[in-house]
Parts: sequence; C-alpha cells; structure tokens
Amino acid sequence: MISIQNVHKSFGDLEVLKGVSLDVNDGEVVSIIGGSGSGKSTLLYCINAIENIQKGKIIVDGVDVHSKETNKDKLRQKLGMVFQQWNSFPHMTVLENAALAPRIVKKMSKEEAIEIAKKELVHVGLGDKFDVYPTKMSGGQQQRLAIARALAMKPDCMLFDEVTSALDPELVGEVLDTLRLLADEGMTMICVTHEMGFARDVSDRVAYFHEGVIAEIGEAKQVIIDPQNPLTQKFLSKVR
Amino acid sequence: MGALIKHPSDPFLTTESGQGMDYEFHWNVVFQNMPELLNGAFVTLHVSVLAMLLGIVIAILLAIAKMNNSKPYCYIATTWVEIARNTPALFQIYMAYFGLGALGIHLSPYVAVLSALVFINAGYLTETFRGGFQSIPNTQYSASKSLGMTSIQVYRYIILPQMLRRIYHPMTNQFVWSILMSSLGILVGMGELSGTTQRLQSLSFRTLEFFMVAAVMYFIITKLVLISSSLLSRKLFKGEI
Ligand SMILES: Nc1ncnc2c1ncn2[C@@H]1O[C@H](COP(=O)(O)OP(=O)(O)OP(=O)(O)O)[C@@H](O)[C@H]1O
Ligand SMILES: [Mg+2]
Repeated sequence: MISIQNVHKSFGDLEVLKGVSLDVNDGEVVSIIGGSGSGKSTLLYCINAIENIQKGKIIVDGVDVHSKETNKDKLRQKLGMVFQQWNSFPHMTVLENAALAPRIVKKMSKEEAIEIAKKELVHVGLGDKFDVYPTKMSGGQQQRLAIARALAMKPDCMLFDEVTSALDPELVGEVLDTLRLLADEGMTMICVTHEMGFARDVSDRVAYFHEGVIAEIGEAKQVIIDPQNPLTQKFLSKVR
Repeated sequence: MGALIKHPSDPFLTTESGQGMDYEFHWNVVFQNMPELLNGAFVTLHVSVLAMLLGIVIAILLAIAKMNNSKPYCYIATTWVEIARNTPALFQIYMAYFGLGALGIHLSPYVAVLSALVFINAGYLTETFRGGFQSIPNTQYSASKSLGMTSIQVYRYIILPQMLRRIYHPMTNQFVWSILMSSLGILVGMGELSGTTQRLQSLSFRTLEFFMVAAVMYFIITKLVLISSSLLSRKLFKGEI
C-alpha cells in the first residue's frame, strides 16, 4: 500500500508538485496521464526516494519514505522501477543483468539468484536469451529485461515511467502485454503512460495530472471515456 | 613521365666516392654487446611501467579534482593537463634534468626521465579517465539505485567495469607511447635502450647496426605489449559495449 499525502516538490524556484495526494491499494493498478512537464515522472522519483520532497509525506508499507531514519536502499528493494529509456547493463549477459541485484543486494547464493533471474526472464518472454548481451536485443526486449530485472527483487509494487514511449511502434505491443500480464497477476502498479487504450483497459483507476496537481481521478473507463474536468476533456481530445 | 625518371647525375642518387652504397655491415660487435642492449631494454621497460603506474594514480586524483567543482583543485588539475598535453616531451625532460639542475635540484637521468613521463602520462590519462567516466549515462546510476544497490555497489559492479572497457585501449596506447618516448633518455645520458645504443655505437662506430638492432628491439617490445594487452582484454571483457 502506497499513501501519498499532500506532497510538494520544488526544483529551486520551480514548484513541480503542488500538493499531490493519492492512495494506491495492494493489487491496484493506477495509471497517471497528463501533459509534458506536469510532474508525473517527478512523482515516481519521489516515491522511490530518488528525489526528496519539501512538504507532505509518502508512506510505503508503513515506512515513511523521506524520513531520515529510513534506509533508502532497503526501501527501494520493495519498489521496482522501470524507466522510459531501457537501462540494460551492457557489460553483462541478460541472465547476469537479472541475477545481479538478488545476489549483491539481497545476498542470495549464486544458484538462488540465477534461479530467480531465469524464472523472471521466462516470465517476460526472454527464456531463450539468457546468454545474449543486451546490446544485441531490440528496445522492446531490453525493456522487458528491465522489467524482469526489477521483478527478480520480488518488489511489492512496480513503478513504470512511460516504458513504451521510446520504443518503435511495432515493439510497443510486446511490452504492454507484459504489463498487462503483471496486472492480471495482481501486482500493485503505478504506470505513467501516454497509451490511453492501456490506461483504460488495464488500470483500475486513472489520475490526470495538470501542472503539479491531480486534476481528476476516478475509475479508469470513466476518466478516459467520460472525463468530468474540462482540463481532462481538453487533454484527451488532443491525444486522441 | 620522363620528368620523373632521375637523371644519372642526380646528386641525391649517387655518392661521389660510392661509400654510402658500399657500407659493410659488421654485426659481430653488436651481438657481443647484446647483454648490454638487453639490459638497456630492461631499463626502458622498467621506467615505462613505473611511469605508467604512477601516471595512473595521479591521473585518477586529477580526474576527480577536475570533475569536482571545488575551485583550487580543479584549477591545478586543468593547468597540469594543459601543460602536459601542449608542450613537447623533450622540453619536459630538459626541464626535469637541466632546468631543475640550474635551480640546484640535481636529478639522476633516470629520475628526470621518469618524472617527465609521469607528468605527461598523468596529463593525458586524466582526460581519458574523465571522458570514460562521463561517457557512462547517468541513467545507469539511477537504474542501479532503483534496484536497491548502495552507491559503492553501483560503482563496483556497474560504473567502473564499463569505464574500464572504454579506457583500456587508450591506456594501452599511452603505455606504448611511454616506451617509445623514454628513448628521449638518450639526451640526458640515461642507460635505457637508446642511451645504451648511443654509447655502444660511439665506441665501435657501428652506428647503423646498433640503431637497427635497437629499432627491432623497440618494435618487438611494443608488439608484445599490444598483443598481450589484446589477449588480456579478451579475457577481461566478454560483454559487448
Ligand atoms: N532534476 C531536475 N531539475 C530541475 N528541474 C527538473 C528536474 N526534473 C524535472 N524538472 C522539471 O520539473 C517539471 C516536471 O518534470 P517531469 O519530468 O516530472 O514531467 P513529466 O510530467 O514526467 O513530463 P513528460 O511527460 O515530458 O515526461 C518540468 O518542468 C521539468 O523541467
Ligand atoms: Mg516524464
């Protein structure tokens, strides 16, 4: 369970998040949509403690993310994150990519780490790529590797930041299918996305971000098909 | 076409007495002095390896200083790099030997050449290291952090291994450069391969023979360095970059 309470975040004089509140329940999938620069990525970085906040609170499974006492590295083990740009480790094979964090962060034995890594790679459809180097794979495959690498840490929740927007159009489908699979399995997910079809069909709720606040939030189909806020209506009419 | 064919009276083609063409090679004296030449080659390797190791250590510090925003360190590092990269190696060696000598600091030829080579290596390697570090995208760091790695783990497993791959070949080239440049030791009477060659030929007057053999020895040394470096890299770096 993730609880975001009245979060304010500034970069210097620029206030990017102006009081964001959002609760995400276990097993829930929430999509965040909104214009460029509205603070969607920033919110994910704040949840993952990559960025600090100026005001408010973010609680992940009862842990106050930005409290001084919190071990950030430990916290991040509960939160898997996948970025817009796939960040494969180019000097390691696909299997090593996925097994590294379980081995060195969770201190698993090599065999255990490899077993988990293999399982997650099969999970995302990379069962035949264990010994390949990521630079030899397509963007879609590398993005699925990034997902498997995060899943191998057995996170409670996954954060996705526009994971399909850097992909060639023909590769978007395979990555969205993987996300859909995770959602069906009950993973708690926050997805920043520009794929309105995905937001409508896969998420439970959709939040529309506008200039650092959640301008509208509600049941997915309702927000995408029949938005109430004029700002959401305007945004959706533009992206369609 | 005809203009390209040299006229028999072309002064560059013939020598009046014909001595140049009739030079008789005498290899015996060279082979008799082989132990001394080999010893010179050893000193060449010795000074180059040491210059490389010390250069690396200093370059790491300079690269950190240069990437750091603290003004005085950054300024010192930049000055070092600029002087080392933009002045002739010959001058560095003269400065270390005759220049410091004039100030009353008398370095041995070995130490003078070593200091100059360390100075230059550090200058070049600083830029190599800095470039290698900056070529690793920042996103590698955030992606690693998001997996729960500590900063030390990120450097140990993600940043440094990738960096090493990128600086490996420039470092090998710098090492070969050091080996060849140490031949400037000849100018301050150092007992490395060139200095030894110079001394032996002046005693025997078999100039051409001695320098040809020395050239072959340089060639063999640098080739061996390049071959072992590439074998080692194949063992170290299995991943594609
Ligand atoms: N590290 C940073 N330093 C300064 N300003 C930043 C930083 N990161 C983001 N910003 C600014 O914060 C604002 C929100 O950025 P953010 O990346 O969260 O937007 P976004 O909603 O994800 O947009 P997009 O759809 O383009 O990804 C932007 O104006 C951006 O320029
Ligand atoms: Mg963004």
